[in-house]
Amino acid sequence: MAEKKVYEKTLGVMPDVISGFCPGCMHGTVHKLVGEVVQELGMLDKLVRVEGVGCCGLGQQFVSHDVIIAAHGRACAVATGVKRCSPESLVYTYQGDGDLASIGLDETVSAANRGENFTVIFINNGIYGMTGGQMAPTTLIGMKATTAPFGRKVEEHGYPMHVCELLSQLKTPQFLVRTAVDTPQNVIKTRKYIKQAFQNQIDGKGFSLVEVVTSCPTNWGYTAKEALTFLREKMFEEFPLGVYRDKDKEEA
Amino acid sequence: MAERVFMKGCEAIAEAGVRAGCRFFAGYPITPQNEIPEYFARRMPEVGGVFVQGESEVASVNMLYGAAATGTPAMSSSSSCGISLYSEGVSYCASARLPVVYVNVQRGGPGIGAIQPAQQDYLQATKASGNGGFRMIVLAPATVQECVDMVYEAFELAQRDNNPVLVLTDGVIGTMMEPVVLPPMKTDEDIKAMKAKFADKACTGHEPCKQHFCFPGSVGTGQEIANKEAEKMYATWDKDVRVEKYLTDDAEIIFAAYGISARISRAVVKQLRAEGIKAGMIRPITVSPFPYEAFSSLDFNQVKGILDVEMSIPAQMRWDIDHAVQGRCPINECRRSGGQLLTNEQVLEGARQLIKEVL
Amino acid sequence: MAKGRVEIATEFCKSCEYCVISCPKNCLAVGEKVNSKGYPYVVSANPEDCIGCAMCAQICPESAIEVWRQ
Repeated sequence: MAEKKVYEKTLGVMPDVISGFCPGCMHGTVHKLVGEVVQELGMLDKLVRVEGVGCCGLGQQFVSHDVIIAAHGRACAVATGVKRCSPESLVYTYQGDGDLASIGLDETVSAANRGENFTVIFINNGIYGMTGGQMAPTTLIGMKATTAPFGRKVEEHGYPMHVCELLSQLKTPQFLVRTAVDTPQNVIKTRKYIKQAFQNQIDGKGFSLVEVVTSCPTNWGYTAKEALTFLREKMFEEFPLGVYRDKDKEEA
Repeated sequence: MAERVFMKGCEAIAEAGVRAGCRFFAGYPITPQNEIPEYFARRMPEVGGVFVQGESEVASVNMLYGAAATGTPAMSSSSSCGISLYSEGVSYCASARLPVVYVNVQRGGPGIGAIQPAQQDYLQATKASGNGGFRMIVLAPATVQECVDMVYEAFELAQRDNNPVLVLTDGVIGTMMEPVVLPPMKTDEDIKAMKAKFADKACTGHEPCKQHFCFPGSVGTGQEIANKEAEKMYATWDKDVRVEKYLTDDAEIIFAAYGISARISRAVVKQLRAEGIKAGMIRPITVSPFPYEAFSSLDFNQVKGILDVEMSIPAQMRWDIDHAVQGRCPINECRRSGGQLLTNEQVLEGARQLIKEVL
Repeated sequence: MAKGRVEIATEFCKSCEYCVISCPKNCLAVGEKVNSKGYPYVVSANPEDCIGCAMCAQICPESAIEVWRQ
């Protein structure tokens, strides 16, 4: 029987560039999923990435499509300008938890509420990676961070922020989902969600956000494998995976 | 036949932007410039442009950044404390070399200050409109007609240099009505050509591995290279310096003023001339690049004193005048601030005081 | 069972072992050699057991694995 290639590296990332991400970091997984999905949709040549600030910035040399670097937190505002002026482009923001849910929360909520027709990829690993493990709005209670050396305390820092739940209070967003890429099964599921989020944009349905709960082995202080345990036992408990809004299903 | 209409400063600014080819405007309400976004909200649908009311000044200027990254002629406006919030986005535009135009209709400051007109953002506008030491061409209109002409020209300058251009006006000029001649409307072809000029940088999607980047910075040694490139561009601006010298040839007393202060000063110069006093005025039209030469080349055997007239306490343009004059003649100040307007009487009094001291 | 084969771009491997723990047939293992970045990279330890399910490639954050199936 002839051999058939069943898994090929996507054209959405540079063929010869080794990513700058730490071992076990799931940014790389999500980057390739975006590439695979948009390649399937036949729109890699229309793809524009609006990049947040943080570890996601390491992706700028890694992806093979147009990149606009936004100021910290401003990706959804920048993407608004891009998509409104170039509606034929396929626009997505790629942002971490500090970028999207702390400094950029206003831009995120407002773009979602206007129903801006672009796709948001949101990486939630509960910590600031690039700057060295500071507390994020999504840091878990009790979890140590370099700016919360004794662990996050409710009385001082409040509870972790839940972005999908927060945005699901708005009427406008089309699609809000929280997912993970910790197992091959979840990777396949996340690919499906990301595809739907881009398809929504192609169909002009408006704001779609895919939150991927990931690990940060480096700043959590674990090996990649240990971090998977923490991710599943602690992070998924605080951030339940699932679809928080799918207007297609609600209307059906 | 050129079109002559009676228009409010802010609305004329907006119409000039549309005619210059602006097809994206984002802004946030703040007095005294609200008529600019309001005008764009009505006008953009008529020309197939985009108007977005941003959720904040911070968001608006970043929308501008995104729009410009696609090659779309884009502008925004705000006032003083709102302009402070523009610092981030403007700095990013300067770093990424994006051609954007924005307008500051100045009000009193610092802080929330006062909603009434002032000229208290001079140093911010001309020296440091954001982090990183970038420079911009800053145009300072003194009439509604100049607002129109300068906004129109600002688009050409921004696109020529791939750099932000600021039109620095104030709440008086923004809210007063004057007859203006409007410039011709750029055609769809013209706008297509503007976009084509930026096509080799525009981020709208390209074949894999032939991607375009909009980078407001760089890693390694790249940033210094970018800084040097920008410096080379700034060095070409000597030709862009513009200044009005009003009755300066035989003047012994020189008024230095820009924008609304220059209008008041002009009236006082006329009055003094009627009394036989040799007064004149130097009016910087570009406040960046500043017309240093207009001051440094004065004959200080003839010029006995300079009166710096500004709606700012402490005075700000004074720094540039000092830099040019180097102590070769006395410089007095005539100032109001915090939204208080200068009157002809005050400027006249300031002039008489200077005359008493030096003539 | 379908017969499969993996090709690992060893220079890209960062030894996170996600592929090792995701392989239903325990085909993969961290090898003894290191790549130029200093990571002991994953190798196909039991290639004859590979069914070409591509679970390893799905999970790989570095897009370092390509998979063939007969």
